[in-house]
Amino acid sequence: MAKIKGDILVNIERCKGCEVCIAACPSATIAMAKEVNGKGYHFAMKVNNDCTGCMNCALVCPDGVITVFRGKVE
Amino acid sequence: MEEPFVKTEIRKDENIVYKRTNLLVDRPLSYCPGCGHGVVHRMLMETLEEMDAQQNTIGVGPVGCSVLAYDFMNIDMLGAAHGRAPALATAIKRLWPNKFVFTYQGDGDLAAIGTAETIHACNRGENFTIIFINNGIYGMTGGQMAPTTLPGMRSSTSPYGRDVATMGNPLKITELIATLPGVHYVTRQAVHTPNHVRKTKKALRKAFEIQKENKGITFVEVVSNCNSGWKMTPVQSNKWMEENMFPFYPLGDIKVDGKLIEKKEAAGKE
Repeated sequence: MAKIKGDILVNIERCKGCEVCIAACPSATIAMAKEVNGKGYHFAMKVNNDCTGCMNCALVCPDGVITVFRGKVE
Repeated sequence: MEEPFVKTEIRKDENIVYKRTNLLVDRPLSYCPGCGHGVVHRMLMETLEEMDAQQNTIGVGPVGCSVLAYDFMNIDMLGAAHGRAPALATAIKRLWPNKFVFTYQGDGDLAAIGTAETIHACNRGENFTIIFINNGIYGMTGGQMAPTTLPGMRSSTSPYGRDVATMGNPLKITELIATLPGVHYVTRQAVHTPNHVRKTKKALRKAFEIQKENKGITFVEVVSNCNSGWKMTPVQSNKWMEENMFPFYPLGDIKVDGKLIEKKEAAGKE
């Protein structure tokens, strides 16, 4: 049976590390990276494969750095 | 900087369900991390994109953090003197009645120096939309006390908390202008959770739809955080906002179709 799965892509150079997306994610898919980006911010990062593509993180992201994908996987 | 879960087969263009709108210019926003301005900017631009109104919209920027809004919004924008955005928007709307006109103002702009312009534009019943970002503080200049600062709230000019006896009462300008006859739609929203963001977008859409019918001022207040000014982390400031701002500034519609909503309903669930 085909399952609906989601995926996120974070524009890490634009992420300011405010962590608002982490509070919004229902599947704990996002966490902060230990590394920093070019501006010195810890950026948001996908840490598991439980994403459902609900778009919550992208909606609350003040800088709009998250692109959300949703599709069927066999 | 390798992402551990970078390879999934659904990361393809045709599977994109959400992405930053093209009406926002592709450059980093100048706001602090976690600031609500970014979300409101994006929702505003998404609303205009859905209405296919990029060519027909003129925005008026304020003075405050969002003074650089014209740098990020890919529409025609004008900058007004401090607080005078409603006066400028009046002129624009009267000269180009078929365009969508909005002002984007903060609480120091709209509720302090621009109170006269706001109240008179609302009372005249001009046909534009006012987007009011309320964070209870002068964010850009370093977190000074604003008219909307809550009683007991600390700011850089009221370090022991706002004392109502010496510093006066906070101004609920949204409730004040809702009573004016020229105002058609007044609502108060927030942007700190996905649910509130969706509601804010709906409110913005409604406000712009009403503008088409020339019925009067539409006023969307967004209660936002100012984590730098409040000296908190973004997540803490959202929580603080829920606990302290929302009891004083209850979310929900205040005036719909030119009729005030009963206090009980307006104060109810967000």
